[in-house]
Amino acid sequence: MSSEVGQRAVPISRAGLAAIGSPVTAEDAVGRGDVPAGSGSGARRSTGRRIGIILLGLIVPALLLLGWHLSTASGFFKPSQLPSPASVLAAAVDLVDRGQLATHILISTQRVVLGFLIGSVLGVVAGAVLGLSRVADILLTPTVGALRAVPSLAWVPLLVLWIGINEDSKVTLITIGAFFPVFTTLYLGLRHVDRNLVEAARAFGVNGLRLLTTVQLPAVVPALFSGLRLALAQSWLFLVAAELIASSMGLGFLLVDSQQNGRVDRILLAIILLAIIGKTTDALLGIAERWAVRRWA
Amino acid sequence: MTAVLAPGTTRTTSKQALGVHFSGLGRSFGAAGSRRAVLRDVSVEVEPGEILAILGTSGCGKSTLLRAAAGLDVPDSGEVLIDGTPVSGIDERCAVAFQEPRLLPWHTLQANVAIGLPKSSSASAGKAKVLELLKLVGLDAFAKHRPREVSGGMAQRTSLARALARNPGVLLLDEPFGALDALTRLRMQDLLLDVHSAQPTTVLLVTHDVDEALQLADRILVLGRDDDGHDDAREGSTITELVTVPGARPRDRNSADLGALRSSLLSLLGVTGH
Ligand SMILES: Nc1ncnc2c1ncn2[C@@H]1O[C@H](COP(=O)(O)OP(=O)(O)O)[C@@H](O)[C@H]1O
Ligand SMILES: [Mg+2]
Repeated sequence: MSSEVGQRAVPISRAGLAAIGSPVTAEDAVGRGDVPAGSGSGARRSTGRRIGIILLGLIVPALLLLGWHLSTASGFFKPSQLPSPASVLAAAVDLVDRGQLATHILISTQRVVLGFLIGSVLGVVAGAVLGLSRVADILLTPTVGALRAVPSLAWVPLLVLWIGINEDSKVTLITIGAFFPVFTTLYLGLRHVDRNLVEAARAFGVNGLRLLTTVQLPAVVPALFSGLRLALAQSWLFLVAAELIASSMGLGFLLVDSQQNGRVDRILLAIILLAIIGKTTDALLGIAERWAVRRWA
Repeated sequence: MTAVLAPGTTRTTSKQALGVHFSGLGRSFGAAGSRRAVLRDVSVEVEPGEILAILGTSGCGKSTLLRAAAGLDVPDSGEVLIDGTPVSGIDERCAVAFQEPRLLPWHTLQANVAIGLPKSSSASAGKAKVLELLKLVGLDAFAKHRPREVSGGMAQRTSLARALARNPGVLLLDEPFGALDALTRLRMQDLLLDVHSAQPTTVLLVTHDVDEALQLADRILVLGRDDDGHDDAREGSTITELVTVPGARPRDRNSADLGALRSSLLSLLGVTGH
């Protein structure tokens, strides 16, 4: 990350040094030396390298797919134990033809996105309040810690009784799953913001909300994003839990339903879809994280 | 450097320099039972517009003294009066350049200097002032750079510009030139004198460099243990010397007067053989 910024900085600072003429000193030269050297084609090369890295990461999945295909084609596994990749694909096509696959995927994604967003917002608010206010910290942290200690699935019976078996109870469970990683990382991050920086800003009259937005929040951006990525992973975990327990749609439902009907091909299809969609949403968040870290860290 | 201050450049009208009165200041640190005095009985009256250099060995409490003036630290005894009124809480009549640059890494140098602007300044006047200050410290070409893209000395100069942006009645400088190479340090010392003559302000300059103090200061205050002559050697630093530096600035580094003063200051700081 930093090396990319550094690479961009070099040509600018050289031009800058020429422009200011006389004020250049030995010490400025040190500054120029501080900046990592890089070539002008750095940006292009790094895109190429990133694509290369992605392709390398696909080698193992391709080998797994090949091994899977060979082990079923050779008759090593019976189709009732492990269906072939082709029959899993056929199961997918079949579900698409019936118009069901898109519904399962969309409803699951919608639940995850809603639960993740609500849980993250609540986690940011709670983490900010407890991380910044000593009073709130002393009053509330033990309670929040105890709530966090409850294994989240223990909430299921209560949610079902209170809210019923519907979208709300599923989204609420996912919200609980997403809340704690965000809350914990933000809370701890805010406790560890560089005191010297905060003091310097306060010395220049920055306080209250402005202190939060100019110093404290930017300082915890990297921590916040690792919390968000954990929260997203938790959201998918809790989605499947919620859908396994009670649902009539979604990838979790596809799993239970196929188990009851002995459709191993559909079970494998659901697992592969969860892997792909989970990885995709994480990658999207990763792109946002890279942008944010470059902007604030 | 001086060209920047030539008539015709925009400069928001300066507030006046303010007097600073340390009155019986004392400060201890540590938990009850194991408290250790750092400062005791520090009393001195700094005139409005004066440049006072504060010398002392490392750890003797120089930064603690400045922090009390800025309102960043509350003394255990005594008080600091600025322009006759006591300091309580962060004091907006002061601006600090800390011992470390303490710049926000996610802001450009320009945005970091803008943090120092007084609340009342308008957006356009503020921006003009920030750019002018960056030019003054020789960093106008680096306005859009981030702190991590420049050297430590450049960051320290940015920190100085941030303090100047405040247009303070009292400028508190905590070893601001300590991290600079010799050449840049000399230029920054000249710059400080330029700023001081163009824009009236009282300057408290902490330094460990005796020559810097001799070049810049009207008076030099030495903080240290005052334990010779007492059998009950008391803890904590206090004022062991307060001298007026002879001659008008710029001063001849080789003058005999300064040479004698330099030797006596060095020996107060525990450096012998000069
Ligand atoms: N907040 C603090 N808590 C505990 N001890 C402190 C604190 N601030 C300063 N001290 C102690 O006070 C002494 C003087 O510190 P300081 O004023 O920074 O010295 P100087 O700036 O002269 O080097 C040091 O021994 C330091 O450890
Ligand atoms: Mg210090």
